Amino acid sequence: MTAFLSLRGVGKDYPLARSGPFQPRRWLRAVDNVSLDISQGETLGLVGESGCGKSSLARLIVQIEALSRGSISLGGVELARLGKAALKQARRDFQMVFQDPYASLNPRMKARAVIGEALRNYRVGDAAQIEARVEELARQVGLGAHLLDRFPHELSGGQCQRIGIARAIALNPRLIVADEAVSALDVSIQAQILNLIVRLQAEMGLTLVFVSHDMSVIAHVADRVAVMYLGRIVELGATETIFAQPGHPYTRTLLAAVPRPTPEARGRRTAPAGEMPSPLNPPSGCHFRTRCPHATPRCSDEVPALRDIGGRSIACHHAEALLSPVPAPEVVHA
Amino acid sequence: MTDTTSPILEVDNLSLEFHNGTQRVYALDKVSFSLARGETLSLVGESGCGKSVTALAVMGLLPRFGARITSGHIRLGGTSLVGLPEREMRAIRGNRIGMVFQDPMTSLDPVHTVGMQIAEAVQRHKGASRQEAYGRARQMLDLVRIPDAGNRLTAYPHELSGGQRQRVMIAMALACDPQLLIADEPTTALDVTVQAQILELIDELKTELGMSVLLITHDLGVVAATADRMMVMYAGRIVEEGPVERIFAHPSHGYTAGLLRSLPGHGARRRSPLTEIAGTVPRLDRRVDGCVYAPRCGFAEAGCDAPLPPARPVEAGHRTACIRAEAVLAAMQDNDIVRSWA
Repeated sequence: MTAFLSLRGVGKDYPLARSGPFQPRRWLRAVDNVSLDISQGETLGLVGESGCGKSSLARLIVQIEALSRGSISLGGVELARLGKAALKQARRDFQMVFQDPYASLNPRMKARAVIGEALRNYRVGDAAQIEARVEELARQVGLGAHLLDRFPHELSGGQCQRIGIARAIALNPRLIVADEAVSALDVSIQAQILNLIVRLQAEMGLTLVFVSHDMSVIAHVADRVAVMYLGRIVELGATETIFAQPGHPYTRTLLAAVPRPTPEARGRRTAPAGEMPSPLNPPSGCHFRTRCPHATPRCSDEVPALRDIGGRSIACHHAEALLSPVPAPEVVHA
Repeated sequence: MTDTTSPILEVDNLSLEFHNGTQRVYALDKVSFSLARGETLSLVGESGCGKSVTALAVMGLLPRFGARITSGHIRLGGTSLVGLPEREMRAIRGNRIGMVFQDPMTSLDPVHTVGMQIAEAVQRHKGASRQEAYGRARQMLDLVRIPDAGNRLTAYPHELSGGQRQRVMIAMALACDPQLLIADEPTTALDVTVQAQILELIDELKTELGMSVLLITHDLGVVAATADRMMVMYAGRIVEEGPVERIFAHPSHGYTAGLLRSLPGHGARRRSPLTEIAGTVPRLDRRVDGCVYAPRCGFAEAGCDAPLPPARPVEAGHRTACIRAEAVLAAMQDNDIVRSWA
């Protein structure tokens, strides 16, 4: 299958304030050399903890932020090469759903205006056609028509998130990037919104990049998972593979730390030692080595490349040894 | 001599209203529970269910105007807290009850060092000298496993990571040896690996210091990992209460069942629809005699609107307010989470 969304060596640096007038400018490397291919209709889950670069990567994909390095292509078109007008047209194909359903809606715009804004911007039909389309979208996301004339503060978090989703699908995009789209919601509402997203994806054939810190949400929606740590992808593979047999020591740490409502959680001690290092000054070589129980001198000297091992990709020098106790399935090429 | 068998905290028939002149909100409705010495009791529920209000009522931190306790008692080791003058309540807060809130950044004072903030609490409550108080602050930072505690005393909150700030909050809450720690969503703002560290810390300190813990959370995973007993709250009422193992294995309220079913990521049915809880939480601007959850409940029948009998025991220590408990329990037998506890 050919890639629909393709990232090659993507990097993003943010400038930091100078510490003094003659001091050199310092940079924070938020995303470091990320390469990924996502096929059409696929859901990629991006997981990691605060500061791992998952939100920065999401914003790079939808061109809210400019790339520092590398390239992103959508449907074979390299987005950075497009002029302003061409990029505006290309934007119809990719939209974003944000975390905070209140903060991401203009408090002075009624639901109707929010959902219709993109339609008017792109002059999709006349006023009556836009009106009809807004009502159709509201139906599609399960938002009662009587709520269209309300302001965000008159609506619940779940209803606001439905508006955010209606706005994102208004122009029939092919790619949706959802950044912690259900994180601010209570579990019962979270289930409603997750079901909505999964249903819309199937109906519209959407490709989905789903960013979340919540492993159980990712386990539910994603076909493939990319685990990030301090700007880099440390493990990438099919959801089932990664959850059943995490390969990278960080993935293992992360999965073990999630408290699950099962008896195994009781009295278990799974917290990793230490804290995440500052992204301003990440450790040399493998960024995880300072907290890794398997680290060797090689880990501080050499950045581990993302390699194919045991049916997924792992960026760890010791991946083979770590996976060996549970024998990896032999891949037989006919 | 202190009595070691009687509960440390007893809340009995507590009802509470908020009003602003035109509107009235019935925030708590006949809430009763008790917390034993050395026990961790978890209060679970979604936004607006009354779990934080319960904690504020126990702490005596309800807004002075607009909040009114309309019935009930709160007793801390025999001392009745409802109607206690602010002077006396202040002596209890911090001294006998410590509290940790969700967001460590907004709970700490950004312009004072963490050492000073802990020392201030000790000076105020224990009448200790400045030097003694700083000694205690240092000891507390050691206790909450902050490395290099002596030097960290002079750090400002912004110089610490989120996890360390929450450790400082815990140090401050425990500086005066409280008998009861109330932790209101203490790990919700933290990453999972840091959350695991903080939950382990609270659990270890509970044993070391012999405290009781009232842990407020929306996360059933956190409950399973840390609590002895749990109470499920909905719309200002406790709908189900019992030992953690018992409730996960025998959920006996429609709302508890709804929460368990709506959790993603359990079992192999990836991307299959999650069981939603239809509708939204009710506005609490009028009294409801019947079950408040009935309009959203898949198990509801005609009798659910009738005035609700008091929560009934289904087994020793396990009570439910649901008249359809048997039907709920039978229907939950195929749930992956319930099965894992059987």
